[in-house]
Amino acid sequence: MIRTISTEEITKNIKEMCIEANYYLSGDMREALDRAAEGEQAPLGKKILGQLQENLKIAGEEMIPICQDTGMAVIFAEIGQDVHFEGGFLEDAIQEGVRQGYTEGFLRKSVVGDPIIRENTRDNTPAVIHYQMAKGDKVKLTLAPKGFGSENMSRIFMLKPADGIEGVKNAILTAVKDAGPNACPPMVVGVGIGGTFEKCALLAKQALARPVNEPSPIPYIQELEAEMLRKINGLGIGPGGLGGTTTAFAVNINTYATHIAGLPVAVNICCHVNRHVAREI
Amino acid sequence: MPAELPYAEKEAFANGRGILGIMIERTAGITMDQYITTPITAETTKNLHVGDYVYISGTIYVARDAAHKRLMEVLEREEPLPFPIQDAAIYYMGPSPAREGRPIGSAGPTTASRMDKYAPRLLDLGQKAMIGKGKRSQEVVDAIVRNQAVYFAAVGGAGALLSKCIQKSDLVCYGDLGAEAILRLEVKDFPVIVVIDCQGNNLYETASKEYAVL
Ligand code: SF4
Repeated sequence: MIRTISTEEITKNIKEMCIEANYYLSGDMREALDRAAEGEQAPLGKKILGQLQENLKIAGEEMIPICQDTGMAVIFAEIGQDVHFEGGFLEDAIQEGVRQGYTEGFLRKSVVGDPIIRENTRDNTPAVIHYQMAKGDKVKLTLAPKGFGSENMSRIFMLKPADGIEGVKNAILTAVKDAGPNACPPMVVGVGIGGTFEKCALLAKQALARPVNEPSPIPYIQELEAEMLRKINGLGIGPGGLGGTTTAFAVNINTYATHIAGLPVAVNICCHVNRHVAREI
Repeated sequence: MPAELPYAEKEAFANGRGILGIMIERTAGITMDQYITTPITAETTKNLHVGDYVYISGTIYVARDAAHKRLMEVLEREEPLPFPIQDAAIYYMGPSPAREGRPIGSAGPTTASRMDKYAPRLLDLGQKAMIGKGKRSQEVVDAIVRNQAVYFAAVGGAGALLSKCIQKSDLVCYGDLGAEAILRLEVKDFPVIVVIDCQGNNLYETASKEYAVL
C-alpha cells in the first residue's frame, strides 16, 4: 500500500525541529552533562560544567539559543519505499522548513552560498541533506545542526590495513588532541571506520546523531568505544580545554565493509552542544 | 585605600589581603577572581595572570572573520579604524538575532585562531584584550607579550548564559555582514578566564598536563 504524505507536513516538521534542536538538548546529552559536572576533578572544570548546566536552563526558559552558532542544518531523511509525496518537490520542502525555522526561530544565519565568494544566504539554507531508502511507509527525519568550531577540527585518515586497530586508536587520539580547546570540550566524538572516503565521513556524522548513552551493538566496537573514551578523558584537556577529567562525553563508532586495500577512519568532532532531533512521520 | 592603585591591588586592600598577601599568592601560583573595567590598559593587564577568573564591565567591541578582513583593508587604505583601538577589548563573536526587547541573542565566543592572521597588527596598534576560545599562534603570543596585552577565553557554547551579561548592543559598522558586523557592547561582569597573560604564559599548555594520566 502506498501512503501519501504532503510535503507541507515535511516543511512544518523540519521547521519545528530546527527550533527544538537549538533551544533544548536531548535527554541523553543533558544526563551526560549532569554526570560529568558531578564527577569532574578540576575545580575550574567543575565551574565551567556548572555554567554549561546553567546555560541550558537559561536557553530553554528564556528562549535564547544554547549556542550562538546554531549551525549548518544537517538532515538525514530515511524514506520508506511505500511513501508517495504530494504537494511539491521533497528537497524544496525540506529547505523551506530550514528557512522558516531559522528565520522565525531567531537562529543565526551562518551559511554562505559559495565557499569562495562567501555571500551569506541570509536564511541558513541550503541544508546538507542525506537521503536513504528504507522499508515501509514511514519517513524518519533526523536533524542535527552542526557548529563549525568543532566541525573544523574533524579529520579523515586513509590508513593501511596493516595499521590495524592500533592505527585506528592513534587516529582518534590525534584528532581529539589537535582539536583541544577549539572544539568546545567536553566533546562527543563520532567515528567512522571502513567504507570508501565519503562513506567513512558519513558514518562518522551518523555516529554523532546516535544517543550518547547507546553503545554500538557490535561487542568489540562497544569495547573500543569505552576504551577510547577512557583514553580521551585521560588526555587532561578538560572542560573548555582548561584542564580536567572530562574531555569527552562519549565516543560513538559506526563501521562498514571496506576494500581489501584500505582502512579509512573518519573522526567527526562535536562540541558539548551536540544537537539532534528525530521524528517519524 | 590608595586611589591610584590598579584594580587587583584595590581589591586586595578591600578584602584585607594587601599587596604582600597578593604577592605570596602569586608566587604560590594561586589564581584569583578579579573585577576589571574597560578600557583595558597595560596597568590592568600587568595584574592579570593565567588562570585568573575575570569579570569585565564596560565597553567591548565585537568583530570576527569578515569584519577583521575589512579592518585590514581600512588600514591598507590608510583610513581611520571605525572604533578607537587604543586599549580596546575585541570579542570574537557573531550573535544570534535578538528577540524583541532584548539587546542581543545568544552570544558566546568563536574560535580565535581564525583571527591569528589579523590580531598582531591590531595589538601593535593598541588593542589590549582579545576574547575568544581556542589556541593561538606563536605570532599572536609574541604580539601579546610585546604589547602587554591579554587573551581571555569565554566559555564556548555558553552563549545563552553570556548574553545575560550584555546590557546593550549597538551596530558600529558593516551591517551588511549580518552576524559578522562590528558591534559595541556594554557588558556587566562578563565572565572570562585569562588564558595567555602579558608574560606569555599559556593556560592551554599547562592546564591539560596537570590532569593527563597517560
Ligand atoms: S563548537 Fe559547538 S559549542 Fe562551540 S561555538 Fe561552535 S556550536 Fe557552539
